[in-house]
Amino acid sequence: MGTITLGHYLSLGGILFAMSVVGIFLNRRNLIVLLMAIELMLLAVNMNFIAFSHYLPVEADRMAGQVFVFFILTVAAAEAAIGLAILVVLFRNRASINVEELDELKG
Amino acid sequence: MNSTTALFYVFSAVLLLAAFRVITARSTVHAALFLVLSFFSASCIWMLLHAEFLAITLVLVYVGAVMVLFLFVVMMLDINPDGFREGFYKHLPLAGFVGALIALEMALVLMRGFQLQPPVATAKDIEIGNTKLLGIEIYTQYLYPLQLAAVLLLVAIIAAIALTLRERKDSKRMDPSEQVRAKAADRVRLVKMAPTIEAPSLPKVPPTEAGKV
Repeated sequence: MGTITLGHYLSLGGILFAMSVVGIFLNRRNLIVLLMAIELMLLAVNMNFIAFSHYLPVEADRMAGQVFVFFILTVAAAEAAIGLAILVVLFRNRASINVEELDELKG
Repeated sequence: MNSTTALFYVFSAVLLLAAFRVITARSTVHAALFLVLSFFSASCIWMLLHAEFLAITLVLVYVGAVMVLFLFVVMMLDINPDGFREGFYKHLPLAGFVGALIALEMALVLMRGFQLQPPVATAKDIEIGNTKLLGIEIYTQYLYPLQLAAVLLLVAIIAAIALTLRERKDSKRMDPSEQVRAKAADRVRLVKMAPTIEAPSLPKVPPTEAGKV
């Protein structure tokens, strides 16, 4: 319980990532919750980037990690928008968002 | 145990609890709201790491835009939530095992290997501030990627609109290009016909009767 080291933040990111993996396993019936689990994964990755950028030595290029997080946020927002658009179209055509029913492409 | 340590543990606990509720919530709306809570706690943790600009951006972009979009879609779709929990307990042992394994391995490696203390912030960092430092970095060294990100957002806008756009059948919308292209020939058709002249007809009285009168 001393001061917080880099390992604490990285462990937090790791636990968060593991939790979203479990979420993807559990919520196979609901595509929206799957998208939310992916957002949580991106959050865990961003946590690692920011922790590393804070704990790098002063003379290093410390802002690079935060710039990367900036771009990840951009891409994640675009991904969420397009993912939800696809979800809406899917629901219009199939009246279901159950992942296990989406098996039309099997060979 | 100073205040930063205490705050870190509080925010981490809230974040992990909220994330746990996201993946186990029965209702999708509850899951979305817990996701908002987890983003908010993550933004507080980023504040502890002196990444103020990104913390505010996370709240603005995620809580303000993306999660509203999620809630909007959840409420727009008329989903039957009955079947969602099916298979939940069937997958639980495997999922729990995999998740615990990932978390355990990472914690083992990370807690031992990264016992770093934060470097002391230089006077320059404190003077300039996080937002300005990030801005300088983005607009000098990463200008081209920034432009690419802007194009990516444009592509996302167009793709999202194009995917969900549909033609309404009962729409009374007019198509201006079609209206401009219309010519007189499309509207009025002149037909050439042989003239028919009606000859004045004589009264149809038999001539013999007329002679009698």
